[in-house]
Amino acid sequence: MSTVPTDLKYVQSHEWVRDEGDGTVTVGITDHAQKLLGDLVFVELPEVGTEVQAEAECAVVESVKAASDVYSPVTGEVVAVNTDLVDAPETINEDPYESGWLFKVRLNDVEELEGLLDADGYIQLCAAENE
Amino acid sequence: MDQRTALHAEHVALGARMVPFGGWDMPLHYGSQLDEHHAVRRAAGVFDVSHMRAVDVAGADARPYLRRLLANDVAKLKAAGKALYSCMLDPRGGVIDDLIVYHLDASWFRVVLNAATTAKDLAWMRAGTSGLAVELRPRTDLAMLAVQGPAARGLVEPLLPATLREPAAALRPFFAAAAGDWLVARTGYTGEDGVEVMVPDAEVVDLWRSLLAAGVRPCGLGARDTLRLEAGMNLYGQDMDETVSPLESGLAWTVAFDPPDRDFTGRAALDAQRERGGLRRFVGLVLLDRGVLRPHQKVFAGDREMGEITSGGFAPTLDRSIALARVQHDLGDRCAVEIRGKRLAAAVVEPPFVRNGQVLVRV
Repeated sequence: MSTVPTDLKYVQSHEWVRDEGDGTVTVGITDHAQKLLGDLVFVELPEVGTEVQAEAECAVVESVKAASDVYSPVTGEVVAVNTDLVDAPETINEDPYESGWLFKVRLNDVEELEGLLDADGYIQLCAAENE
Repeated sequence: MDQRTALHAEHVALGARMVPFGGWDMPLHYGSQLDEHHAVRRAAGVFDVSHMRAVDVAGADARPYLRRLLANDVAKLKAAGKALYSCMLDPRGGVIDDLIVYHLDASWFRVVLNAATTAKDLAWMRAGTSGLAVELRPRTDLAMLAVQGPAARGLVEPLLPATLREPAAALRPFFAAAAGDWLVARTGYTGEDGVEVMVPDAEVVDLWRSLLAAGVRPCGLGARDTLRLEAGMNLYGQDMDETVSPLESGLAWTVAFDPPDRDFTGRAALDAQRERGGLRRFVGLVLLDRGVLRPHQKVFAGDREMGEITSGGFAPTLDRSIALARVQHDLGDRCAVEIRGKRLAAAVVEPPFVRNGQVLVRV
């Protein structure tokens, strides 16, 4: 069974969002997503300063099998990226919700978070996809 | 619904991620594809390859039949048990399938076909039998395990039927020994030493469990693909198919043009291709920048498009990305590959990349 922390928000494309409480959020891919992708071997991150749009692709994670787009769950400006992943993409497999984070975004509109899924909603989404 | 091998329940019980492959529901990995890859390079792994179809070719005309059917020449198979890798071509010289043929005795050969092409292959093979004393028997009663890695043979041998242990221990590379419905061959698709074992469906679960108990790691199709790519071995449907010549797929070495009077199917087309010249080369690439090479990415020399990648991925033994590519004959020793709009530098090398645990390419 995949881990789904209750303090995070989620989107349908299998990214998680942590509200840092200062107008920024941290973004990564879920445990469920990393399991589906398998061993990750390459990560292409957005540049700091890039404007990202909700539901638009902004990063790429590549597993041994295939390349997968990562979609930004929110709209805003990228203020940090996890450069440790460049040399150690497997960190996403090992620790998807903490050291495997991808990037941080300063939100254009903090209200945007209210529209995202909570843990229960995401669990239901994954269950529906498995059927 | 996809077909299931006799080991399907074993895979599910081990927590394998199951995926459809060539009409079968097969294990992709049992947790980590990378760990499985390294287990085969360093010790031993076992793959369920029962989706591949063994077909017995028997009868007084088996040899002349196969000498016409296959681009490689079974006349090379003089000793009993010897195996040969060959393409089966259509009259235009396109590749219908690639296969291994085992010579078991004067009137008995066995070919092993790819899963996804089995039905097409059998239809083609049957059409060629008319007027010949040859019978084709698909061995749907057999399972097949590939046990691969430097420690593999030593771990398999004690688990074989008593009569097969000594012959198996004495096998030279690319030879097979049979006893009853069991067959052990020193062949594989990983670039490591090891064997492929054909065994009745009813006995394969015991063999599988005994191998795991002996410390052999279960490995899925994911590791099978990265291992064969590092070993520079072609994958049917990706590196070659009916639309390309074996001479442009790195497989010229498998086509027996001698003796010149052997009229195998596809020969006239290949002779004409050789006459014309200018054939594309089939090369290895090692990505020098960060990223992952994938099938269909374009290869460039300066602004000139030179061809495309047919198989590509991450090579765990090299900790870099590698690929096989079909390119114009005049490509030099460096090129660029376009990945998501960016041109990344790659070295052009001669496959294989890895053999017997050793990295063979220098970049």
